[in-house]
Amino acid sequence: MLSKRVAQFEKTVCVACGACVKECPRIAISIYKGCYAVNDLELCIGCGKCAKICPSGCIEIVEREASHDKAE
Amino acid sequence: MIKQNKHWYDYLWIWAIIYFSLGFFNILFAWLGMIDFLLPLFIAGIGGNKWFCNNLCGRGQLFSLLGGKLSWSKGKATPKWIVSKWFRYGFLFFFLIMFGNILLQTYFVFAGASSLEKAVKLAWAIKVPWEWAYTQGIAPDWAVQFSYGLYSLMVFSLLLGLIAMFFYKPRSWCVFCPMGTMTQGICKLKNSEK
Repeated sequence: MLSKRVAQFEKTVCVACGACVKECPRIAISIYKGCYAVNDLELCIGCGKCAKICPSGCIEIVEREASHDKAE
Repeated sequence: MIKQNKHWYDYLWIWAIIYFSLGFFNILFAWLGMIDFLLPLFIAGIGGNKWFCNNLCGRGQLFSLLGGKLSWSKGKATPKWIVSKWFRYGFLFFFLIMFGNILLQTYFVFAGASSLEKAVKLAWAIKVPWEWAYTQGIAPDWAVQFSYGLYSLMVFSLLLGLIAMFFYKPRSWCVFCPMGTMTQGICKLKNSEK
């Protein structure tokens, strides 16, 4: 069962430092080609640990459906 | 919860402390800082990624450790103006100018136009006498001048990073770290080419 909430990354703000990658308890985050962080929505449980540690504040925890709507 | 594997490079925060400490014994060790300058650029330029920032940066790890595990950080959100593009690129530009100034001072000493200044300069204004870390005769004066310049730059940026860590998120420094901005810029350029 997928979680209700997931992390959403604002890639224009992300500095690609990788702090979130180290923090994620599900190993769901990776840095895409040194440009910004991306999360695997299948693995992400929306725990918010990444959002708490992110120095640029580019991560928001949103409802899973809402994040899909935005992506589409 | 999946446990993240520990690697040898997860302990590079020790390197950040060693580098800082070596400068107290002999200023020539400052040259080792060129590794932290060139390796990230090399990895970004060849590999097209920020593997250095993500895994190898000792300073980032040190801030994570002090600010995160040891809770020295107040953990407030980094102010928007610090995260803004103009500040990040402006700070990079400023640092490049200051690095150019170090090279210029090195050249002046090399050319004999100015004499060696045995001091660490914080914020390019506050002079801290640092003569004890200098041993005459083991390296040419210009190489020593460069050491003082680079070490000053490293110590001052470490202080800025620690201040940012204290007030904001542990790795706030990473937001405006000139190396981070530069490597991300290189990666973005490389990606837009394809």
